[in-house]
Amino acid sequence: MKKAGRLLANLLLVAFSCIWLAPIYIIFVNSFKNRAELYANILSFPSTFTGEYYAQAMQKMNFAEAFKNSFIVTVFSVVIIVVLSAMTAWMLVRSHTRLSRFLYRFLIVTMLIPFQTVMMPLMQEMNSITKATGIQMKDSLGGLVFMYIGFGAGMGVFLFHGFIKSAVPISLEEAATIDGCNTWQVFWKVVFPLLKPTAITVAILDVIWIWNDYLLPSLTLTSNAHKTIPVMASLFFGTYTIQWNMAMAALMLTVIPVVVFYFAAQKYIIKGVAAGAVKG
Amino acid sequence: MKIKKKWFALFTVPLISVFFAVVILPFISGVMYSFVKWDGLPKNAKQFVGFANYLKVFTDSRFLASLLRTSLFTIIAMLVINVLALAFALLVTSRLRARNLSRAMLFMPYLIGGLLLGYIWQFILGDGMKAIGALTGREDLFFYWLSDSRFAFIGMIVVTTWQMAGYIMIIYIAGLQTISDDVLEAARIDGAGFWNLLFRVKLPLLMPSITISLFLTLSNCFKIYDVNLSLTGGGPANATEMVTMNIFAEIFSKSNYGYGQAKAIVFFVIVAAITMLQVKLTSNKEVEA
Repeated sequence: MKKAGRLLANLLLVAFSCIWLAPIYIIFVNSFKNRAELYANILSFPSTFTGEYYAQAMQKMNFAEAFKNSFIVTVFSVVIIVVLSAMTAWMLVRSHTRLSRFLYRFLIVTMLIPFQTVMMPLMQEMNSITKATGIQMKDSLGGLVFMYIGFGAGMGVFLFHGFIKSAVPISLEEAATIDGCNTWQVFWKVVFPLLKPTAITVAILDVIWIWNDYLLPSLTLTSNAHKTIPVMASLFFGTYTIQWNMAMAALMLTVIPVVVFYFAAQKYIIKGVAAGAVKG
Repeated sequence: MKIKKKWFALFTVPLISVFFAVVILPFISGVMYSFVKWDGLPKNAKQFVGFANYLKVFTDSRFLASLLRTSLFTIIAMLVINVLALAFALLVTSRLRARNLSRAMLFMPYLIGGLLLGYIWQFILGDGMKAIGALTGREDLFFYWLSDSRFAFIGMIVVTTWQMAGYIMIIYIAGLQTISDDVLEAARIDGAGFWNLLFRVKLPLLMPSITISLFLTLSNCFKIYDVNLSLTGGGPANATEMVTMNIFAEIFSKSNYGYGQAKAIVFFVIVAAITMLQVKLTSNKEVEA
């Protein structure tokens, strides 16, 4: 009797989880249906699996290029944020000066500033930089990476700072110094390898944020060849919402990379998100 | 360990200078922009107007309405998300074998960005609802939600909940795992049932997690933009326009750069004030185990 009850509870839990993900199922099945079939029953399984709408959506959304842009921006931003904020956080922990305490507090407090408060002046500033130096800041992937580094600094430093303070023993660093390492070598040979768990947490949180971010790239990227997936998706939905089957294929295309990433790194993602939030 | 200035500079200057260029300088110049009248065109002069923009903000009925709506949305969404997330966390920390699978599935929507979630649900709450209505005959409840101002607002809450509940669940799971079995066992021996255990033991010990979760849902919901844009676009007839969308439109659609920036500064002050107040209020309730 108890066994049956447990089985039932398990089944109920799985059933509920499936219902929770029903929207994704609906998008999936309808991305293969023609108009008549779609409106006949939106919950039914498609009669045939055709790649037709996927091909159309891929072409209309410029998917390959958008994917490449999203990938480049995410990878470069995340790697640079992880490296620079680990370096900065370590220095801020180890040097006990008034400046380092001030910088740390300042980085944390300014995390409260909403993006909407700085978006317009930021765009003006990027225009001025381009005018003064000739470096393309808007409508360039490099410029976008630059801005992500600035916005990601606060959280990165915060997470590394907490970890270094509580879990990285200073005695190892002192020993390495006595063995003749300079500060640069101490950091890279001794400290950075120990920071791996936090580096993974920061990387996961930043990947989720940057891959999905819409407003910043929509303000800076003006030519289609530079646009990231969310920006291309919004352009696509502004134009083709009536053709639902193609729209759903487009949605599936954008969701698939996320799902693949999730299955590949599920363990790290859930751990990273929990660690990041608990410290935040 | 003594660190030389040269090393301190080498390690910190790259990040700190980018951070100042991207966050701090725009913030300072943003405050200055809020005192001028300007249409955003470089050839046109910026005209200093003092506090006129700020005075106008507090008489702008559409802005005030969006602020009120955002507050209402935030309060409801915060409650729904946290209650649901806590229920999920209790379920998936039970000894059921399906817990890992469920946890993975419930968390997944968080990984899909707000913009795409909005587009997914635009179909579900539009044609999807209509189809369900036709199927079940309950067309009074299942109809094109997004064209009704009240149901579109509910739709915003539904989608935000779908996105955030799995994420907040992860935080509650982490919190539940720190409660020692001894404490729970002792309570059980003293005769505590499920509800007593939940309200008298687990919840008080979960206060740190509750603080974090409330903080995250509060700031995320109050700053919501992507879901608003892709799900309802502020419609029907501005009935679901949240404050971020109002600010964006003022600056970039109506080209009132100075006035829109004043709204953005007011928005910042509100966000800063409520998050600090909230952290202060809930951190007083934390107990030591």
